[in-house]
Amino acid sequence: MYETAYARPRTLEEAVELLQSDEDAKCLAGGMTYVPTLKQRLAMPSLLVDLSRLLSRDIAVADGFLTIGAGARHVDVQRSQIVRETLPALAELAGLIGDPMVRNRGTIGGSLSNNDPAADYPSAALALDAQITTTKQQYAAADFLSGMFETLLDDDEIVTHVRFKIPVCAAYSKFASKASGYAVAGAFVARFDDDVRVAITGAGPCVFRADQLEEALKGDFNVWALKGKTIEPEGLLSDMHADAEYRAALAVEMTKRAVHQITGA
Amino acid sequence: MNKISLTVNGNKVEASVETRVLLSQLLREELGLTGTHVGCDTSQCGACTVHLDGEAVKSCSVLAAACDGAKVETIESLSDHPLQEAMVRHQGLQCGFCTPGVVMSGLDMIRRHGSSLTRERIAEELEGNICRCTGYRGMVDAIYEVSQDV
Repeated sequence: MYETAYARPRTLEEAVELLQSDEDAKCLAGGMTYVPTLKQRLAMPSLLVDLSRLLSRDIAVADGFLTIGAGARHVDVQRSQIVRETLPALAELAGLIGDPMVRNRGTIGGSLSNNDPAADYPSAALALDAQITTTKQQYAAADFLSGMFETLLDDDEIVTHVRFKIPVCAAYSKFASKASGYAVAGAFVARFDDDVRVAITGAGPCVFRADQLEEALKGDFNVWALKGKTIEPEGLLSDMHADAEYRAALAVEMTKRAVHQITGA
Repeated sequence: MNKISLTVNGNKVEASVETRVLLSQLLREELGLTGTHVGCDTSQCGACTVHLDGEAVKSCSVLAAACDGAKVETIESLSDHPLQEAMVRHQGLQCGFCTPGVVMSGLDMIRRHGSSLTRERIAEELEGNICRCTGYRGMVDAIYEVSQDV
């Protein structure tokens, strides 16, 4: 790891000022992705702005929305009584991230800001039409999660809250890499009164919605409705774990499993 | 350099560390607490597990600078703890390299779940601790036994 400066601001304003004062400054939250990245010398920031004790960890429900502070650790979401009651699929998803020690440190804000193509939270954010609030403005998750490890965040902008629309029911299913726990393909299925949204992570360079599967499920919310439905492999990831065709097939299968979790048949 | 002050196993520690110094390095190289092992150094194996403000973390993925004001407990904070004794009795270790991490993870589980801990839950939560010689059965038995006495 290259040596760098370190600061732990006490307020968000101070954090933003630090980011503005140094163009190579970077935010550090739980550090479960960024510290290993630094250790591999894949990044060389001149200043680390530690947000781990600054960002809100609050979780609250109001008017059909679940709002989670960006500093909430995965374990907070996994164990939260509020999340378990209002959006159990999100608690389940959080419990599938990494392992207990990783979940004790990693944060939802960090995960969404990093937008790893194989991370779990982006699928929930997209399927649940999340609003992502930053120190500057609000974004729809569909805009915010803009590409592989890319978001609309400016260098001096920090995610503060994530607000999920609470569905009638939802489920998340992932096929995890045995070694890393990351999704080779994962599907978050959310059913609303007048809509069904299916978000696929792990398979493509960025989380995306599976339109064909959504249409089929809008007609009949049942695993059989997905028979013969596919996801176009073009543009999906191919690596040593799985090629694009396999990932496309796996994403459909994960969607079926998620639907099955909801309907039980 | 970052000036930090933290409590390690009940003792006040003051140190001056580069930002790149990991908590595992501070413990082992500065403080001589070599009971915390570094297996993979890529946050996979869990041999470096310690408690940071009461929660199990992988000390190879935490910057020492970020631990200013924190309370850290390592395997050295225990002596003849019932879990250590149970690990021996149930043959929960062979080469012993992963053991400090397994014990710290096990204590974390016992503290959170107490006697409601099940063998299935222990197996699930040991996901972040990799043992490459003896297998997990003895560890699960040891953690389970101690949890039932809480």
